[in-house]
Amino acid sequence: MEFKDYYQVLGVARDASQDEIKRAYRKLARKYHPDVSKESDAELRFQELGEAYEVLGDAEKRAAYDQLGSSWRQGQDFRPPPDWDQGFEFHGASAGDGAAFSEFFESLFGRGGFSPFGGAAQRQAHAHARGNDTHAKIYIDLEDAYRGGRRQVALKHSELGPDGRPRVRERTLNITIPKGVSEGQQIRLEGQGEAGSGQGGAGDLYLEIHFQPREGYHVEGRDVYLNLPLAPWEAALGARVRVPIPSGEVDLTIPPNSKSGGKLRLKGRGIPGREPGDLYVVLEIVQPPARTAAEKEAYQSLAKAFNFDPRRGGRA
Amino acid sequence: MSSELTGVVLDDYLEITLSELCEACGASAEHIRMLVAEGVIEPRGPGPEDWRFQSLTITRVRRTQRLERDLGVNLAGAALALDLMDEIQRLQVRLRRFEAGC
Repeated sequence: MEFKDYYQVLGVARDASQDEIKRAYRKLARKYHPDVSKESDAELRFQELGEAYEVLGDAEKRAAYDQLGSSWRQGQDFRPPPDWDQGFEFHGASAGDGAAFSEFFESLFGRGGFSPFGGAAQRQAHAHARGNDTHAKIYIDLEDAYRGGRRQVALKHSELGPDGRPRVRERTLNITIPKGVSEGQQIRLEGQGEAGSGQGGAGDLYLEIHFQPREGYHVEGRDVYLNLPLAPWEAALGARVRVPIPSGEVDLTIPPNSKSGGKLRLKGRGIPGREPGDLYVVLEIVQPPARTAAEKEAYQSLAKAFNFDPRRGGRA
Repeated sequence: MSSELTGVVLDDYLEITLSELCEACGASAEHIRMLVAEGVIEPRGPGPEDWRFQSLTITRVRRTQRLERDLGVNLAGAALALDLMDEIQRLQVRLRRFEAGC
């Protein structure tokens, strides 16, 4: 198994005071807390921090850990010396309910942070613990929100194996995506979280909905914004264009003298629901480059026809 | 294992009772009462027996519990963090909108 350098995890020196260790932990815990952090590996980092603090934050466990010596390096192959913990006695329950600790931690301090000696009584108290809730993000297409859909989700989770050690298992769930979900919304699947121990029921699974990012679209709550490129003459003279929207296609009338950035609102054509959102078509005027002689001439006749200086308030 | 699962979308429409909220969050009624008193969650209805919570409240309660447990903040601190996180989310949505240019 791999050696864990808890001092390195917390970024403190080996002779740091208990206060310094606590400060370092608190600071990093705020940074990597999965509810707060945007870092993609936050959950893992936070678990690692919790484990490091479980040991270094406790003077007894820290002293035992220090016994191992300072020559070990993070990730090095490690086997505990047979009598490493001789003469040490550990007290106190672990901080994290059912926190998953590494094999390294458990080889030293036993499962769940309880001492290998006399831990049975304490473990009894946890015999009927409810399983942890689990969280996962799923990415769906905007069309799924309009029509509802199905998604296969592969989830990794840790559970207790028959030998009492945690192991990582993967499972695939077929999830129904209800019509009308919006970005950031959560779907709760009761009893699909981590298994509990003893008579304790399983935790719940929370799936957080996200839309696959797509060029030219963005979503705000139930309102959907869609970019519509227009030629300068379509914007100036008005036009009728066919626009693909998530619920199909619409024919849109572009009023004459439309401006870039102007919005056309299609009421109720956003994400459906009790109060359906609106669809905003955002006009974007795209100017074609002048390459051929004829194209250059066309721009020149524009210049002649308009007495137009965009640096003078855009007025002719 | 491969059968179809349908969950419940947590939103501001579906409402749940106090005991349903307790059950979903593994929380005591007393704890929920404290959250209501602190203004972290807002039920509809005059008293605990008639309280109705938006199902969205479940995520808010769970988040508060985790912040309290993991960061050692008290209820008021967790409530402040939640409000700030909501605000950040609102700003991020606006930011994305400006970045998308529409």
